[in-house]
Amino acid sequence: MNSIFKIVELFNVFLLEIGELSYFAGRFFKEVFKRPFEFKEFLRQCYYMGNRSLLLVAVTGFIIGLVFTLQSRPTLQEFGAVSWMPSMVSISIIREIGPIITALICAGRIGSGIGAELGSMRVTEQIDAMEVSGTNPFKYLIVTRILATTFMLPVLVFFGDCIAIFGSFLVENLKGNVSFLLYYNQVFDALEFGDLIPATIKTFFFGFAIGLVGCFKGYNCKKGTAGVGLAANSAVVYTSMLLFIIDFVAVFVTDIFYDL
Amino acid sequence: MNNSTPNLKPIIAIKDLKKSYGDNHVLNGFNMVLNEGENLVIMGKSGSGKSVMIKCLIGLEEYDSGTILVMGKDIRELNHEQLDELRTEVGFLFQGSSLYDSMTVRENLEFPLRRHTKKFGVIKDTTPLVMEALENVGLAQTVNLMPEELSGGMKRRIALARTLILQPSIILYDEPTTGLDPITAKEILLLMISIQKKYNTSAIIITHDVDCARMISNRMILLVDGINYAEGTFEELSISTDPKVQAFFK
Repeated sequence: MNSIFKIVELFNVFLLEIGELSYFAGRFFKEVFKRPFEFKEFLRQCYYMGNRSLLLVAVTGFIIGLVFTLQSRPTLQEFGAVSWMPSMVSISIIREIGPIITALICAGRIGSGIGAELGSMRVTEQIDAMEVSGTNPFKYLIVTRILATTFMLPVLVFFGDCIAIFGSFLVENLKGNVSFLLYYNQVFDALEFGDLIPATIKTFFFGFAIGLVGCFKGYNCKKGTAGVGLAANSAVVYTSMLLFIIDFVAVFVTDIFYDL
Repeated sequence: MNNSTPNLKPIIAIKDLKKSYGDNHVLNGFNMVLNEGENLVIMGKSGSGKSVMIKCLIGLEEYDSGTILVMGKDIRELNHEQLDELRTEVGFLFQGSSLYDSMTVRENLEFPLRRHTKKFGVIKDTTPLVMEALENVGLAQTVNLMPEELSGGMKRRIALARTLILQPSIILYDEPTTGLDPITAKEILLLMISIQKKYNTSAIIITHDVDCARMISNRMILLVDGINYAEGTFEELSISTDPKVQAFFK
């Protein structure tokens, strides 16, 4: 009986959290069109989030391209279908692997960073100090960060995809003596706008989710240093879950459009 | 003690303020009046609700019941914009200074300025205002430093400069000398007195520090069990025979 009560209580907490997150998102949409626009801070956040994640995204993308090709090659060879490698790599990376892996990396790198930064600002009363000086901390801290993640993630995904395909080309070049031009011709031959557009649109949603959850957790951080750690940690966990849900919905919706 | 005689024109009035966190009743009907030009010291034990009270006063915390009038305006009846407008008249010095650690000292001071065009008009060059505020606290040379490069006392002074830059008529000090060595604490107190004289501000000072109360107060309130237990000048309260009052002066 006790465990049933606990489950009900946990479910209540979960629903409350969803409600608060929705309210937070609603406030974002309310504030985003209000003046003054914090353009300078938005650009600063874009720089921090984009520039500082570039190396991580590049290394991960390169390794994914490399490993993906190395692992798939023997199987394709068995069926005499190695020439399909560039098409397979490009479609799978651009449609799915690139966006989701880059988003997960950014959830860890950017989401936790936002959670910890805003959390420590909350704990040290910096957010309160902004509020009492008659400024709007939500506009300055939250709106700029969510916008920055929303616009920077597609850029990072595009960059990661290019590096991953390059990693794949390196393996093909070393193992199969395929030229750069031939490889990339085959990559682009296989791609259609129907692959690119849905994949790009969903990266905006991924970016929005990373910013939203990171900001929500940090802004509502409980007092104390433990609260900051919890904010950073739960930002990553919640964002990762949300990313998979968004991905599922995106694939489902894309599928419906393809059927039409 | 600060001997300047304040005008008896109320600038803040709190009536029957109540605030609870679940079963923990922090404020149980607190009453207070701050007059223009007055330095009112509020003393109380840790957890007695002093900080909660001034946070309610500035709209950082919701309160359960009661009335708070700041410059004649009931803060519960103000919308967000009106509250922001009122906040330009009420400075707040936080216990931990709360400087924005991703900004330089200049940016910390400019931050509130560039958002209040109603009060100051559009300021093209904030440098004179920033430098004046820094010179008031004797730290003009720190203008381009980051908060991490400053000592605790310097941070407190910069926070005071940031509070002053909006030229408020009321300043709320949340334990301004806590965590500072006696010499720095005294410097901060002298600074607070000089600022009050220069700008004719009114102030509420939350403190545990008896020396601070002696130096700066025109009047004191002792907060016990969520109510104003005793009220009077430093001299009046320090000779009280009530053991609960005496406990503060031992």
